Amino acid sequence: MPVETAVPAPEQPGSASRSFLNRLRSGDEVAHFTTLMFATAVILIVVLLVVELYRNSAESQSKFGWAFLSSSKWDPVAGAFGALPFIYGTVFTSAVALLISVPLGLGAAIFLSELAPPRVSDALIFVIELLAAVPSVIYGLLGIFVLVPLLRDPIEPFLARTFGFLPLFQGPAYGVGFLAAGLILAIMVVPFIISLSRESLLAVPREQREAALALGATRWEATWQVVVPYARLGVIGSVFLALARALGETMAVTMVIGNAPQISFSLFASGYSIAAIVASEFTEATTDLHSSALIELGLVLFFLTIIINGLARLLVLSTQRRGTTSP
Amino acid sequence: MTLRYRTRKLTNALMFSFTGMCALVSVSVLFFILGYLVWNGGKSLNPDFFTQLPKPPGEAGGGMANALVGSAEIVLIATMIGLPVGFLGGVYLAEFGGTMFPFLVRYAADLLNGVPSIILGMFTYSLIVVPMHHFSALAGGVALSVILIPTTVRATEQFLRAVPQPLREGALALGASKWRAVSSVVVPAALRGVATGMILGIARIAGETAPLLFTSFNNRYWSTGLNQPVASMPVMIFTYAIAPYADWHRQAWAGGLVLLLFMLGTNICARLVLSRGPSWRN
Repeated sequence: MPVETAVPAPEQPGSASRSFLNRLRSGDEVAHFTTLMFATAVILIVVLLVVELYRNSAESQSKFGWAFLSSSKWDPVAGAFGALPFIYGTVFTSAVALLISVPLGLGAAIFLSELAPPRVSDALIFVIELLAAVPSVIYGLLGIFVLVPLLRDPIEPFLARTFGFLPLFQGPAYGVGFLAAGLILAIMVVPFIISLSRESLLAVPREQREAALALGATRWEATWQVVVPYARLGVIGSVFLALARALGETMAVTMVIGNAPQISFSLFASGYSIAAIVASEFTEATTDLHSSALIELGLVLFFLTIIINGLARLLVLSTQRRGTTSP
Repeated sequence: MTLRYRTRKLTNALMFSFTGMCALVSVSVLFFILGYLVWNGGKSLNPDFFTQLPKPPGEAGGGMANALVGSAEIVLIATMIGLPVGFLGGVYLAEFGGTMFPFLVRYAADLLNGVPSIILGMFTYSLIVVPMHHFSALAGGVALSVILIPTTVRATEQFLRAVPQPLREGALALGASKWRAVSSVVVPAALRGVATGMILGIARIAGETAPLLFTSFNNRYWSTGLNQPVASMPVMIFTYAIAPYADWHRQAWAGGLVLLLFMLGTNICARLVLSRGPSWRN
């Protein structure tokens, strides 16, 4: 995934010195106006998106107000809709995913930037970026037929026997549930963490490493106490970006989360995420209130992801600026 | 050797082995996915898969011919909308923009890029499906084009900006107007990069499922027109995977394999072309 760095706008020699009529005749103004129109379309789409989501969820907004976010009752037949189980499921599965993918991704990024020879590192990152392009429905397919049976038989009973005293690992092992969704999400977001963290780590000036080594640090100490802290904003940024992906991921989660609107602290329990409920109920919504509640859920997810995404981009951008401008 | 020194050496070795393991695990996931799909999907892949319509549940055989054509149809519509809008928007950002407005456009493009695709599906549903009273191939194409536009905008801008300034100045010095310089010097110089970005974008939308669920929906037969629901590979794989029939599961694996090979093929080709460097250096 290419990350753009800010480049100052190119100067436009000659454009100021010629008259408007001249520019019009030579086609410059036409080209300018045409491209401007298409650029405006991008902004229009975003505005339209927000307006449509807001307008179409009006019925649910006026009926439930802010209680929509705190109610945990989801009963389409009775017309009672609350978003809490879905927000909980979304956040819980994403947290599980980050808990697994951050150490894994950061570890791999450290290996690729600090230890692996450049050719090996480039080859491995090529493979890892291909992994980011695998469609989510394929992850879901593997989730249903490989991960869930594995969890149901050896893994979840084993976890229950070993850590059963924790509420996290209690309850019957169905295979589907928060753990399956979290694991699949972890696998899906690891490539993003690796690829962006590696770039931040590579942007750390060589002198930082050399100074630490010259002071007698081992290579690991130089990496962990100097290089990683130096690149921390970029690394955190990559984690936020991964989080935004995990929150909005639909297909793979829908296929393995178990689809039960409940709040449970057990990893083995079935749950539901915002994206998953929208995917499975939107076409079947029979009442206007039902679909309007689903659209309001979409609106909640939209705001959740743009906040996380915005933070991520700020962090990534700030390290890249510093990494490239530092002497 | 003191104990402290030995502990530090040991930590060094242990931690770097751990990072190596992490890298190994992450990379092996791709080979696992590929291997598993080839193993499972390869068995069910036969000529029928590419030529036959799906059979009703319980009957063996059949294929996904309509989904293959449907996917192509939807992606083609998305490409016809998304590429021109994205490309011209990108040209504006790189060549014509001032300071404030391009910032807004760039911000909007990044924002759109981060919106979960299921939300774009809902958006298209209320924008097109509701007024038309129909799930349709057209709606599916529009939903995917909303994903394609921001990636194309950013790719185009990025590669146009990478074209060295002297090339523009050379063209202007020869008396070319600005749009002439852009259209016959800058864009051709950046064409390889821009085209690669576009191909990666198209490959990505070809694998999207969520936005199609309530725009193009699904269809067991050949679609008869752009305003009719149409089958597509990702939705078909999803439907077959969650259904309780073993034969459908086999078809889902075969479909997954075809989709994965397509994605990997386009991605590898595009990245290899890109790694040969920008065309003005040749």
